[in-house]
Amino acid sequence: MKRSVLASLVLIAGMGTSNALAQPEVEVLHWWTSGGEARAVQTLMDEFQSNGGKWVDMPVAGGGGDAAMQALRARVLAGNAPTAVQLKGPSIQEWYEEGVLADLSDVGAAEKWDALLPAAIGKHMKCGGKYCAAPVNVHRVNWIWANTAVLARAGIPMPTSWEEFNEAAVKLKALGVTPLAHGGEAWQDATVFETVALGIGGPGFYQKALVELDPAALSGPTMIKVFDQMRTLRGFVDDNFSGRDWNLATAMVINGEAAFQVMGDWAKGEFTAAGKIPGKDYQCSPTPGAGFLYNVDSFAMFKVQGGDRIAGQKLLAKLIVGENFQKTFNLAKGSIPARLGTSLGQFDYCARRSSYDMDVAAGSGTLLPSYAHGMALRGQQAGAITDVVTQHFNSDMGSAQAAKMLAEAVANSR
Amino acid sequence: MTARGLLYLLLVVFVAYYMLPLFVMVITSLKDLDEIRAGSLMSPPDRVSLESWGTAWSSACAGILCEGLQPFFWNSVKMVVPAVLLSTLLGAVNGYALSQWRFRGANLIFALMLFGCFIPFQVVLLPMARTLGLLGLAGSLSGLVLVHVVYGLGFTTLFFRNFYVTVPTELVKAAKIDGAGFFTIFLRIFLPLSPPIIVVTVIWQFTQIWNDFLFGVSFSQAGTQPVTVALNNIVNATTGVKEYNVDMAAAIIAGLPTLIVYVIAGKYFIRGLTAGSVKG
Amino acid sequence: MSAWLTRHIPKIAVAPSLAAVLFFVYGFIAWTGYVSLTRSRILPRYQLEGLDQYAKLFRTPRWDVAMENLLVFGVLFIAVSVALGLLLAILLDQRIRAEGAIRTVYLYPMALSFIVTGTAWKWILNPGLGIEAVVRSWGWEDFRFGWLVDPELAIYTVVIAGVWQASGFVMALFLAGLRSVDQEIIKAAMVDGVSLPRIYASIIIPSLSPVFLSAIIVLAHLAIKSFDLVIALTGGGPGYATDLPATYMYAMAFSRGDLGQAAASATVMLMTVAAIIIPYLYSQLRQSHD
Repeated sequence: MKRSVLASLVLIAGMGTSNALAQPEVEVLHWWTSGGEARAVQTLMDEFQSNGGKWVDMPVAGGGGDAAMQALRARVLAGNAPTAVQLKGPSIQEWYEEGVLADLSDVGAAEKWDALLPAAIGKHMKCGGKYCAAPVNVHRVNWIWANTAVLARAGIPMPTSWEEFNEAAVKLKALGVTPLAHGGEAWQDATVFETVALGIGGPGFYQKALVELDPAALSGPTMIKVFDQMRTLRGFVDDNFSGRDWNLATAMVINGEAAFQVMGDWAKGEFTAAGKIPGKDYQCSPTPGAGFLYNVDSFAMFKVQGGDRIAGQKLLAKLIVGENFQKTFNLAKGSIPARLGTSLGQFDYCARRSSYDMDVAAGSGTLLPSYAHGMALRGQQAGAITDVVTQHFNSDMGSAQAAKMLAEAVANSR
Repeated sequence: MTARGLLYLLLVVFVAYYMLPLFVMVITSLKDLDEIRAGSLMSPPDRVSLESWGTAWSSACAGILCEGLQPFFWNSVKMVVPAVLLSTLLGAVNGYALSQWRFRGANLIFALMLFGCFIPFQVVLLPMARTLGLLGLAGSLSGLVLVHVVYGLGFTTLFFRNFYVTVPTELVKAAKIDGAGFFTIFLRIFLPLSPPIIVVTVIWQFTQIWNDFLFGVSFSQAGTQPVTVALNNIVNATTGVKEYNVDMAAAIIAGLPTLIVYVIAGKYFIRGLTAGSVKG
Repeated sequence: MSAWLTRHIPKIAVAPSLAAVLFFVYGFIAWTGYVSLTRSRILPRYQLEGLDQYAKLFRTPRWDVAMENLLVFGVLFIAVSVALGLLLAILLDQRIRAEGAIRTVYLYPMALSFIVTGTAWKWILNPGLGIEAVVRSWGWEDFRFGWLVDPELAIYTVVIAGVWQASGFVMALFLAGLRSVDQEIIKAAMVDGVSLPRIYASIIIPSLSPVFLSAIIVLAHLAIKSFDLVIALTGGGPGYATDLPATYMYAMAFSRGDLGQAAASATVMLMTVAAIIIPYLYSQLRQSHD
């Protein structure tokens, strides 16, 4: 350990003084290709280049990263892995098990990541006890967004329980407003499902069912209640929700066609783009119930040959967790920094609230990984759950049957 | 209404059906973003703006680089031209050998090649990736050309074989008696007969390869990505703001080369098909 | 030596292509079959584990839906495309003014991939944005066209878009076929006072049987490979109501990191295809032997 610290100090010192030796170089595979996201990655590229590095961009968008993962497999099998790859959650450890990830423990030690990253997030960045990835942000998934004017017209407050939400929704419906803006894509169904599970079952239930995959919790009475609420919510979306992009659902809230949307904090970008101000034109608050569901984006480094590329990986990892990048990136992306102690002065109300809630949740053990966004489970299990959730939401399946199928699907996916 | 009138009416109804998606794409590409957010997606634009076309071509962001489709467009051209030429040439030679020189096993070989047309390409992605890696072609345009040639062989061979099969075998026999060899007969007799079917094959292959996304995204790397991958990157916002007008303009630009080929060569396409390829 | 070369040169000319096909098609099919017997996750692993992946596959309700959809989609897509293609070809064959322009309009969809047209189709078929909304805004308030968002009917919207893309090409095949029918026979029949529909039904259409076969082979290949179409139009939804085997396989391989399962589904799919195509190829090639 001591040796590696020394080695990295030598390396980092060397990079400062003798750029002529090797120019740090990275090829970065990511799927942030549009608007605010692309601008956010751009800040990383700028910083990397101003530190003497050469950035080669390899964007592959589509399917929430599916296409990028397809390209990644092909590149790894061809023995031509990209230097750095946008990877997150347990899939980092899955790639590590295939023996293709590089070790970043020297950077982590030199930069004191153990002290800078919240424990729950640091855990995701480690493979076999060593750092193998660097986190760029924390998205909160369990947000509910609302149009202030619509709520005022209906005379309803932001709901603090799902019962309150249901009562409010009935009033909204009577006014001819769609209570819940939703896009019927599998991942959006799963997003709503996990916030309902958290709200109705509480953090303990969420942990047991969607993180530990306890069969009793998956098929038990609480899960049945969760599916009951999903069925109720199905009555609160409009007829044409199937396949709608999440941002079109957000647009429905923006223009007052709908009152609420359950979506992670990236939805803020849409409100901002439409010139809306948080707390005034729209409300952000946690979905009913306690707890904080996080979705952390990160970059993992793949084993590559060549001193310039390895130097590039280490420089990139160092910059990603650096204070400057964490701030500029997250201001552009709508999320909050993963690095503790980053100043939030320029962040908006929703982001500051998110950060405050994260600290509280970390203290009370209710800081939980989002299953719908690939933070809690491996692909097979998460996919098996999503299949049942989306099938239930888009048919007239009973809650008891859905819970039973859920347990079966998870058992079948192992 | 006369029968003739009814005939035209039917034709026009179908014209509407086929034009509808293109119509929607064109009008959307001419609107500005506020109008798209506010209004009906199917109504014509209030103010026509060509701005999104310029953006899509040269300044839309596909990832960090905001150079539009332009650089990727040329990657596609560099990939399509050799791939189409090679697969057409190989198809012609195969079709000629298999139809006119009926050696033992010729039909089996043809059947094996034809069945290859039906293999879903998702199946071959990973072993292909490994193979390209071993050949040292990973991430290169040459690798993509190889892939497209290999998986185009089935159809190009089919087209040429079915075309040449209609040529009487006496022609080859007579030429052989005159002392002409395999390639001489091909070059002197069969190639000059072939323009109609070459048109059909080139159009088919050009369309398939230009529009391919699956291979393009898997076997390229930074610097060799074809236009469909760039289009996909522009169109697919994951958690960002969608600019539908730019998306639509980009989509039309990416599809323009194949559209032009169909419009210009469409007449020859039908002629080529008439000339024999449809005769089973 | 040169005599040997002369005799074998046709085989030598075909050999590189044959070798490529044997390796890149059949070798890879064998590889897929092998991987389906392993527990490969995100990357292939090569320890054999038996038929577990198949057991798992047949226990998955989503796979049943995918296979059923392929049947419904495949049959309808091929049947409607052939019928529409033939109809359009016959209509266009009536010495139409502006035939070239109309033909191009019918044919152009084949030139575009669904990456290009997918979003437009999604809007057109969406009840809140597309046809339904437009017809309602014209005053028919009760008009409904909500197939896209109905799990039972969504697969038919996939057929509509698929037919849109392929039927023009089929039209071209049939038009070419009609143009090569011997005009003398038709003239003779007309002189005999046979009506035009009867001439089509009993003389022209039967003579087009090779065209039907060409059309079906092209369409079957498109149906089996339909992937972009579903991804662009419905993403497999609502729920997984419009999943096809190709999209199932893709999801398993690339979003779920379950290569073994993907390989098993691919193998089942290939066997299904083989069961349909091989008898067809056999009958075709036997015919051409004469």
